[in-house]
Amino acid sequence: MAYFILKRIVQSVFVMVAVAFIAFSLFRFVGDPITQMTGVETSVVDQERLREELGLNDPYVTQFLRFVREMVQGDFGFSYRTRQPVANMIADRIPATLELGIVALMISLLVGVPAGVYTALKPRGILTQSILMTTLVGVSIPTFVIGIMLIFIFGVQLGWLPTFGRGGTVKIGIWESSFFTLNGWRALVLPAITLGVYQLTLTMRLVRTEMMGVMKSDYIRFAMARGISMKRLHYKHALRNTMVPVITIVGLQFGGVIAFSIVTESVFQWPGMGLLFLESIRFVDIPVMGVYLVVIAFFFVLVNLIVDLLYFAIDPRLRTKEAS
Amino acid sequence: MSEFLKKYEGLWMFLNSPSAIVAAMVAIFIIMGAVFASQIALVNPYDLASFSLFDGLLPPFWQEGANVKYLLGTDDQGRDMISSILYGARLSLIISLSALAIAAVLGVGLGLAAGYYGGRFDIIVMRIADVQLALPAILTALLIDGIARGLLPQAIQQDLRVVVLTLAIALSLWVNFARTARASTFIEINKDYVHAAIMMGQRPMRIMFVHILPNILGPLLVIMTVDLASAILLEATLSFLGIGLPADSPSLGTLIRIGMQFLLSGEWWILWIPTVVLVALVVSINILGDFLRDIFNPRLR
Repeated sequence: MAYFILKRIVQSVFVMVAVAFIAFSLFRFVGDPITQMTGVETSVVDQERLREELGLNDPYVTQFLRFVREMVQGDFGFSYRTRQPVANMIADRIPATLELGIVALMISLLVGVPAGVYTALKPRGILTQSILMTTLVGVSIPTFVIGIMLIFIFGVQLGWLPTFGRGGTVKIGIWESSFFTLNGWRALVLPAITLGVYQLTLTMRLVRTEMMGVMKSDYIRFAMARGISMKRLHYKHALRNTMVPVITIVGLQFGGVIAFSIVTESVFQWPGMGLLFLESIRFVDIPVMGVYLVVIAFFFVLVNLIVDLLYFAIDPRLRTKEAS
Repeated sequence: MSEFLKKYEGLWMFLNSPSAIVAAMVAIFIIMGAVFASQIALVNPYDLASFSLFDGLLPPFWQEGANVKYLLGTDDQGRDMISSILYGARLSLIISLSALAIAAVLGVGLGLAAGYYGGRFDIIVMRIADVQLALPAILTALLIDGIARGLLPQAIQQDLRVVVLTLAIALSLWVNFARTARASTFIEINKDYVHAAIMMGQRPMRIMFVHILPNILGPLLVIMTVDLASAILLEATLSFLGIGLPADSPSLGTLIRIGMQFLLSGEWWILWIPTVVLVALVVSINILGDFLRDIFNPRLR
């Protein structure tokens, strides 16, 4: 077990170093940092002095190690566009994106798991067939179209919900939250649904496949033969074993949620990290792009690591297999 | 089962699946429209002289105030919607198909070689794939686009948008091909025909591409359809975000972005008609992909 955990941690560190290297190369080789930082009127001598001061003439390995050290210490450099510390810019935007992502994941799980169980238990029902057909259409509709449709129906035609921004937010320490005002919740509904729909279909399909597999297994048949009530059988015996892979997909979906939050944030003008990233691409603001990349990869690797360890802790079979 | 039936089993299943037939018809209809865009289209939406502002904002034919010349109406510039959509679909398909081809060649080549040689080469390819998988496709594509903006001189950037977009999509889709090709190669490599070919002293290149490749085409074809849908979606999304193509050569995604400006006013057709075409195209390709997967995966039958 210790070996397994160690192996996973080494893998995670490898991914992080690789991503840090990409971010470093971006900063170092895409455009010259000195020309970006200085104006046209800066003399060549001054430019060279700045270059020497910033250590841009050092060997690349030294530079990369310094880059990593500064990243670990939370020093992310300055934005080319706003001249502000990137760390602050990203930190300001993290709550918006995380809150949106968490609510979207909740929607995906709270609707996807029951729907998956239902469609597995009643595979021939009319409701099942229509749910399956809807999900096939659901995965084919791009996220931004779902967003536009929701804005059109609930924002423009019915006028029930706001279509852009975060509404009212409350600041708790450095965390700006929209969970504490009615206005904030109202603003959250449409973007969260937009972001959650695709993940919902994935959750549903996976739960369905797993559940159908579990229902065919020997121990369920044996339980049936023992005359245990169907309800108890479905929800106590079968669902429990279905839940194990569901934890894994939460980890996998996290990456999707973060990536598609770029699209959702753009449609709803949601002031999160995704919108910041899009702006930084438009203005070729390399430091912000690089840091966004590192932050996202860090969240992603962290969540996946936790999920893997959880998986291992929950399913005793994995432990014995590893030991033997 | 007789040889004959086996050979045409796929066709038989196809003819018995109404959803697959409808999907194929919709996909072929849109693709034909895109291929013959310059013959069918009333005006050339890239040529400013071929349309006039006086024809702007005309509704589709069933609404009042329509001009029958423009069956599905016009946008604010007076461009015929049908023409814009035909040219837009053409651009979307050109970009997605070329991206897919590049991704397939790159991914299958690397996957085959990784599976065939194994060892250190395999480890390197798979580690790169791992890092790539840690970043979702859309993020990779955006990033490549951003890098291209930083590296290319301002002057040629506009001309290279299509190339950059294609490469960005290709580089974010190759992993699927590589992993599938590698996994299938691992199975094939222990079969007798590969051993025989190795004994006969054939070159690795020949064994990989002439002997193994034809035997692993099935799963790759499924990936191909599924990823074609992803490529179209990715292109549409990037163009919608305003990162993809400039507004004067619109793809379907760009048309939808332009249409967004009319969400609050009454000109619904400018937004919704390109949207319907895009969704119809992707839905039908996905249905065909599901169908192919069922054919190539006998376990599911």
